[in-house]
Amino acid sequence: MNPAIRTPLLFGFVAVLMIGTGIVQGWNSALLILNMGLISAIMALGVNLQWGFAGLFNIGVMGFVALGGLAAVLISTPPTPGAWAAGGWNIVIGLLLGGATVIAAILAQSRMAPGRIRTLTTLAILIAGFFIYRAVFDPGVAAVEAINPSVSGNIGGLNLPVLLSWPVGGLLAAGAAWIIGKTALGLRSDYLAIATLGIAEIIIAVLKNEDWLSRGVKNVIGIDRPVPFEIELQQDPTFIARAVGLGLDPVTASGIYTKLAYSALFAVVLLILLWMAQMALKSPWGRMMRAIRDNETAARAMGKDVTARHLQIFILGSAICGVAGAMMTTLDGQLTPGSYQPLRFTFLVWVMVIVGGSGNNFGAVLGGILIWWLWVQVEPMGLALMQILSSGLADGSALQTRMIDAAAHMRLLTMGLLMLIVLRFSPRGLIPER
Amino acid sequence: MDVINALVVLANFVIVPGLAYGAQLALGALGVTLIYGILRFSNFAHGDTMAFGTAITIIGTNALIAAGITFGPLPTALIALPLGIAATCLLVLGTDWAVYKFYRTKKAAPVILVIVSMGVMFIMNGIVRFIIGVGDINFADGERFVVTARGFRDATGLAEGLAIRTTQVITVIVALIAMALLFWFLNKTRTGKSMRAFSDNEDLALLSGINPDWVVKVTWMIVAALATTAGVLYGLDKSFKAFTYFQLLLPIFAAAIVGGLGSPLGAIAGGFVIAFSEVTVTYAWKRVLGYVLPENLAPEALVQLMSTDYKFAVSFAILIIVLLFKPTGLFKGKSV
Repeated sequence: MNPAIRTPLLFGFVAVLMIGTGIVQGWNSALLILNMGLISAIMALGVNLQWGFAGLFNIGVMGFVALGGLAAVLISTPPTPGAWAAGGWNIVIGLLLGGATVIAAILAQSRMAPGRIRTLTTLAILIAGFFIYRAVFDPGVAAVEAINPSVSGNIGGLNLPVLLSWPVGGLLAAGAAWIIGKTALGLRSDYLAIATLGIAEIIIAVLKNEDWLSRGVKNVIGIDRPVPFEIELQQDPTFIARAVGLGLDPVTASGIYTKLAYSALFAVVLLILLWMAQMALKSPWGRMMRAIRDNETAARAMGKDVTARHLQIFILGSAICGVAGAMMTTLDGQLTPGSYQPLRFTFLVWVMVIVGGSGNNFGAVLGGILIWWLWVQVEPMGLALMQILSSGLADGSALQTRMIDAAAHMRLLTMGLLMLIVLRFSPRGLIPER
Repeated sequence: MDVINALVVLANFVIVPGLAYGAQLALGALGVTLIYGILRFSNFAHGDTMAFGTAITIIGTNALIAAGITFGPLPTALIALPLGIAATCLLVLGTDWAVYKFYRTKKAAPVILVIVSMGVMFIMNGIVRFIIGVGDINFADGERFVVTARGFRDATGLAEGLAIRTTQVITVIVALIAMALLFWFLNKTRTGKSMRAFSDNEDLALLSGINPDWVVKVTWMIVAALATTAGVLYGLDKSFKAFTYFQLLLPIFAAAIVGGLGSPLGAIAGGFVIAFSEVTVTYAWKRVLGYVLPENLAPEALVQLMSTDYKFAVSFAILIIVLLFKPTGLFKGKSV
């Protein structure tokens, strides 16, 4: 089918799905799915930039998403009283010393003549630096974490508007991507995959354990919102009057109103990023990227700096994932490091890109929203299916309970099957690259 | 005397657990490295293959115990292990037939196969959850300790105790047997030799009349056996949880890459390198140093370089260091 017809048709289909969900399950749940769908579409755009444009195999999406979430905490929460005086500066100086140690070691490696002296110097710098770093850093951490641990115990944030954390989340992710890219991008594709997988796990481990930073598994709750709270709306007489005028219950109306406000914000960000990605794809830069992806050697022979371009696009794609992560934490209103799971935040995004169509921005966006809808709906669908299948069995029989319990695990199975089917029969996805 | 006490503490908390963990990682990494050598892609579904084999073994174990059959002082799971291996064999051969074969005949790029293995990972993960759920399952039975800390103290009169768990001894012995069998197979049998030939140079192997389908089938069967064994040993030593097995992917790949992808010997070395680094870096050295150092130098703090939660960071750091300085790994693997 002609892509000019196919693309609008597929997007129309997704719209029908959303409206259908709204009619059957209520508009609040439809908007909930749509909002996460928009965020997923942004993550898929980021991965599409790396994989679709440049052929970089990044399976550390979860880490960049979590860094974006951290940005929401660091930007929008109020600073913990006394934390900076108690040990905040110790932590910062400690981290700077740690960074300086690594830089010194790298300099020693690159500037000194190879040989035993260089190895010994590097080792000496690393070991001495590590102990100095721990000596400065540890007391600071202990002091900060001792401040009222049941409600804070972390350094807090800058108390700035939460919307600012979206670009900052992108910057944090970009910084991490620069470090990873510098070390791992020269490696083969599988090695890059393992390296990104490892980094993502490390970032999550840091968020879970560095209580001074993110309160660890105690979670940060009550992050500021860019839209009004439902409860405020429900007490606002003008809002109640308007809701009643529209024939809506004020409680439902307040939920729909805030979710619509989020949808609008997310849609703006998505459209800006989509426009930028489209422009990049059509520009000479985009053509160069695809040329590098399709034949690295030929591109290198044409004088293109393949490593630098890879680093560039790796950072850009990761930054987009970071923005999406900050948006997600804003939507949730809380940062829960324990909830970051690679299957959900890395591999599901990959399913979105593959099913939607790698190399095509519209495909990635479509895949993001469609797959997220499916991910949410598979569980009730599976449950209904199991109930129909097991209706012939005696009520409360072991097999029946087992089948109904198993419905909870339908998601992963469905996603895997879908991915394999698309890869096998339509490897270019629903909206193929042109 | 202090030095002996220090050594006992070291053995108790570093050497014995490190050996057991290293053996488990080595078995896992052998599977990854064999797939890489013969089928030429990194199999991301390996952790979930291990989980599947272990899940079937657990079901078999429960059935055996219900029937009143146990293995005396040894864990019953060892009797159920062949069942797990057989089921995993069927699963991976079925997956190969339904999924991988298509891409192999098409000669798809390795990275496509890696993505396909991601899809397989999702499905296997779902299957494991279907059959056994997501909870933490402890299925080790029989005698818990070979040497208890108290027994060791009483027998030697030392201040420190050394506890060796049955599962740790079994892990090391079973792993040794599995490795010996594997190397005997690869070096002495006709099929094993054709596997090595296929791994070294596919075209030349095909030219000399080696049947590629047979080589691939045998590889999958060996991988299933190795993965199930590794999974069951890990589960006996710690406990079984579907998600933990997925997370094992990182240290297993690190072990395989550090040793050199495609090199079985390297996978074993890599497994122990990763295991011992994880254990030593995350171990609190206070008690060992307290014995070795003179009284006035004894440390106040725990002397733990990194908290245990950062063990991923250790395997990762080793991986990066090896890749930067010796890209083909310790034992010259292949780099396609």
